[in-house]
Amino acid sequence: MNDIAFLLNGTPVTVSGDNPVRTLLDWLRETRGLTGTKEGCNEGDCGACTVMVSDAAGTSALNACILFLPQLHGKAVRTVEGLTGPKGEMHPVQAAMVEAHGSQCGFCTPGFVMSMAVAQRNGATDHDDYLAGNLCRCTGYAPILRAAEAAASVPAPDWAVDVPPAGATPAPFAPASSDALAAWYLDHPEATLIAGATDVGLWVTKELRDLPEVAFLHACADLQGIETVPGGRKVGAGVTIAALRRAMAGPHPAFAELLRRFASEQVRGAATIGGNIANGSPIGDAPPALIAMGAVLHLRRGEARREMPLEDFFLDYRKQDRRPGEFVEAVTIPDKAPGLACYKLSKRFDQDISAVCGCFNLELSGSKIKSARIAFGGMAGVPKRAAAVEAALAGRDFTLATVEAALPAFAADFAPMTDMRASAGYRLETARNMLLRYFHQRSGAAVSVLEVEA
Amino acid sequence: MSVAKPLPHDSAGLHVTGAARYVDDVPLPANALHLAFGLSTVAHGEIVSVDLDAVRAAPGVIAVWTAADLPFANDVSPSIHDEPLLATGTVHYVGQPVFLVIAESHRCARKAARLGRIDYRELPAILTVDEALAADSRFEGGPVIWSKGDAATAIAGAPRVIEGRFEIGGQEHFYLEGQAALALPAEGGVIVQSSTQHPTEIQHKVAEALGLPMNAVRVEIRRMGGGFGGKESQGNALAVSCALVARLLGRPAKMRYDRDDDMIITGKRHDFRIEYRAGVDTGGRILGIEFRHLARCGWAQDLSLPVADRAMLHADNAYHLERVRIESHRLKTNTQSATAFRGFGGPQGMLGIERVMDHVAHALGLDPVAVRKANFYADMPDASGGDISGKMKQATPYHMEVEDFVLNGLVAALERSSDFAARQVAVAAWNAANPILKKGIALTPVKFGISFTLTHLNQAGALVHVYSDGSIHLNHGGTEMGQGLFRKVAQVAAAGFGVDVSAVAITATDTAKVPNTSATAASSGSDLNGMAVKAACDTIRERMAEYLAAEHQTLPAKVHFEEGRVFVGGAEMSFAEAAARCHQGRVSLSSTGFYATPKITWDRKAGRGRPFYYFAYGAAVSEVAIDTLTGENRILRADILHDCGASLNPALDIGQIEGGYVQGAGWLTTEELVWDDKGRLRTHAPSTYKIPACSDRPRVFNVALWEGENREETIYRSKAVGEPPLMLGISVFSALSNACAACGPHYPDLRAPATAEAVLAAVKRARGEP
Repeated sequence: MNDIAFLLNGTPVTVSGDNPVRTLLDWLRETRGLTGTKEGCNEGDCGACTVMVSDAAGTSALNACILFLPQLHGKAVRTVEGLTGPKGEMHPVQAAMVEAHGSQCGFCTPGFVMSMAVAQRNGATDHDDYLAGNLCRCTGYAPILRAAEAAASVPAPDWAVDVPPAGATPAPFAPASSDALAAWYLDHPEATLIAGATDVGLWVTKELRDLPEVAFLHACADLQGIETVPGGRKVGAGVTIAALRRAMAGPHPAFAELLRRFASEQVRGAATIGGNIANGSPIGDAPPALIAMGAVLHLRRGEARREMPLEDFFLDYRKQDRRPGEFVEAVTIPDKAPGLACYKLSKRFDQDISAVCGCFNLELSGSKIKSARIAFGGMAGVPKRAAAVEAALAGRDFTLATVEAALPAFAADFAPMTDMRASAGYRLETARNMLLRYFHQRSGAAVSVLEVEA
Repeated sequence: MSVAKPLPHDSAGLHVTGAARYVDDVPLPANALHLAFGLSTVAHGEIVSVDLDAVRAAPGVIAVWTAADLPFANDVSPSIHDEPLLATGTVHYVGQPVFLVIAESHRCARKAARLGRIDYRELPAILTVDEALAADSRFEGGPVIWSKGDAATAIAGAPRVIEGRFEIGGQEHFYLEGQAALALPAEGGVIVQSSTQHPTEIQHKVAEALGLPMNAVRVEIRRMGGGFGGKESQGNALAVSCALVARLLGRPAKMRYDRDDDMIITGKRHDFRIEYRAGVDTGGRILGIEFRHLARCGWAQDLSLPVADRAMLHADNAYHLERVRIESHRLKTNTQSATAFRGFGGPQGMLGIERVMDHVAHALGLDPVAVRKANFYADMPDASGGDISGKMKQATPYHMEVEDFVLNGLVAALERSSDFAARQVAVAAWNAANPILKKGIALTPVKFGISFTLTHLNQAGALVHVYSDGSIHLNHGGTEMGQGLFRKVAQVAAAGFGVDVSAVAITATDTAKVPNTSATAASSGSDLNGMAVKAACDTIRERMAEYLAAEHQTLPAKVHFEEGRVFVGGAEMSFAEAAARCHQGRVSLSSTGFYATPKITWDRKAGRGRPFYYFAYGAAVSEVAIDTLTGENRILRADILHDCGASLNPALDIGQIEGGYVQGAGWLTTEELVWDDKGRLRTHAPSTYKIPACSDRPRVFNVALWEGENREETIYRSKAVGEPPLMLGISVFSALSNACAACGPHYPDLRAPATAEAVLAAVKRARGEP
């Protein structure tokens, strides 16, 4: 009984789950003949396959190319073919795109239209942010933005509203609680756990791997909460980056701004904080910020639980302190980090992977640096604290002289590598310069090129 | 009249509803096969042994072919037969197709293609310009040299000599729709659907590979999901493979590259190194200049010779260089075979002289725009037409008279509309107040030559039918890749019959309808096909007029076709009625049309002649900001004034300008191609290769069209618009250099692409830091 049931453009469909890692995109195009949803990159970076997915939590734009069919169980999917009205009338975003000359070759257009339709439904007007995951090579985006702005002032039509099927049967391959997951995983420690599939998806679409044993985490509702605990917030591993970004806007605006630049709307809506940590990538964007804040990681194996400072989890390149059958359950983020600043350096501002991600959290007491927590991504095989730099700062006056005196310590902390994103020398130099930027920023100088206007 | 109206793209309604069908969207017959290539993993090597047993044994695999299995020509080159479909004996780059997997599904084919075990005896690989120079590895024997006047003597005698060299990166097309083809077996041959800008080339290569005459191969393409030059020759391998399978196995076959395969296999824009030495007077006027172009062409010739030629042809851009020498090296390397990309070498050549202008201005302490103006060609006062004999003679480095120059006036208008002078002052003031962030502003012009430099390509055909109900079927040799060609040509056809554009059915490009076509390239689509369609419509309309005039006892000249009506003497009827009457009267309502561009003549060996029918012009002002701690940078504002002649469709033209500018800016900023020391492309997906995203466009983006007609007799006096606007993006590079120069007294020597890392390096050079 592996059947996957969901709504497709308003109609219930049931799909065999014999291959739990069949992507929605392949199924739409090859099995259903719904070819309006396009394959542009097959890795979640271009948005040509964007679809609208609704569940109890709301409506999201997601990349169909790295979305496995079991993840849709009990949800509602709407594709570009399902966006026009019952009499064939265009959805307002479609009409706006025609009116504004928003399509040229048209290949990216269905994806843009779906992102815009989701945004319109959710009342979002941060057009640059919610469209950052949709690439267009023809228009230069200007007419698409004109269309997005025009459509934002039109009410969303009442068609294309999906009510996910109530009382759905248990999802196949998906433990219904973290207890069930813990028990199952203990027995299947070689299995692949799949949360948002924004990374594992590429194992399937690019590495062409078959995943013999998988468990999907999206049915573990008890992993998706954010709980207030003394001194902080305990964030379940299944909390999406989109939800975390909303939750961090108040207490940690610098972290929220970093999360704004975390991949794209489509990826943030699927990817989870647990996945971003458990994955162990040296260039994941959340860990440096969390380490700088002093976050604590919670692991669970069967009934056994343990916790550790997040930085201790990352042992070596792609090697974490995680035992067979153990999984990331939550991360506790302290409430207090008023000195936090997060700097993401990448070739492109939006939807790019960090060359260097530097996060600084200096607590001042008067003119003195009471404590310094500094962590970097992209500078080592793991997300790593700049211990020598911290030592060179702590206890000293927060002055330019102190900061400059600490700069040589970066070479003691980091020996970065050269790759297609940046050279080793540039990484080391900009890591140092980020400390200078931090000083100037706290001194009130203009340091963000994103805030400059013509 | 339907021309000059800002009508939407012909497929806009289909695009937004997902109903526009691309090659991969065509429903397949049930027994269709899917193909994938097994690729070379070394940059240069002899194939010692090939073990494909595991590939053959993989699930879903029907057959696996190597070069030995091909029955006829093993070649997909568009030029000199140096590009085998499947490698023979030696591989020449990482990513070269070595074997072809034929399987039941796309995924089966891809999976199996990774199971080949090929042993190579590795040979020394030539990866860089320097390695190629050292090994004298090149196309065309030696460098191509064109000159006018005595540059060396002029430089020697000049008050100042400015010299330098810089690197210009290549560019991945990143058409959103990857390469794709589909072939169906047909009686006596094959029918191919190919995402191609050049159906006739596909037909030609398929016919060669199948050992059939071209009449046995029919190629069709309704639309591409972007081309940008990347589908001029790079689709050959897929179409030929599918056709071979269809012919030899009798089953339909489809091949599409996964994005990573697409980027690893196919060619890109040529990267260049440009060296320059200019002798200038104290006002910045260039007295003599020498350029050396080093183009990295990759492993096969492809279109590299005309690309490198076009770089030379744009070494002057908008400037009257009286004594000039251009030396061009076309270097052969063990990398992807660089290919056509919007601008076709022109952007690289143009960036060379724009860089010289900025360098001269910096060295002399002059305003960069003043230096540019001091070197401009002179405007022709009556550039909209008329006699220019007796006006000042001014020739390009290739001895072509410049008769239609408008940039003095156009730039002056842009300076006014963009408030350029005041903003230069404001930028300087802002920089004085901001130690960490700096702004830069620049104005750069574009003069781009319109025509294929291979003169015989400047021809086009069309086929127009008027049915007896008055509906019109339009076909021509051009292909639609998003540029709006089909809409523009339909506007021409509608104008020809005085009907609404909705009466014109736009149909897929088809080698069975219009033969022997040129690629839709060189910005020529509307110029050539528009004229061919107009000729066909004129023929039919004249036949109709003659018949209707006789019927109503008047003269053909007194028959008018307007607003869907036909006026004959005192009578009036609908166009449909007129068509029906003509049909009753046994008048042929179908015609071909043909056009060949006049006036052009070109001797590329000598570097003399008139390769271009006319020039398209434009200019852009870009304002940018940089972060001197990281090199991060952004475009803040762009102001563009561009010359489309009398625009056939201002909305589509503005779309080309906005899109071209951003694509050009991407080339020169975030789009960086990185190969490792084994010749492996490390940036082969959008995760690592960064085209501009939504927020990278300038927030303030003012685009206007220059009012003026083409002085040459083009279709309704319009001008080509496909490529020229890409080079407006050079203003971004120039503005970034300007911002870097605000950091210190030295010349920043910015390289392209100006990634954050490159900008930070330039900031440090400006400051004189190590």
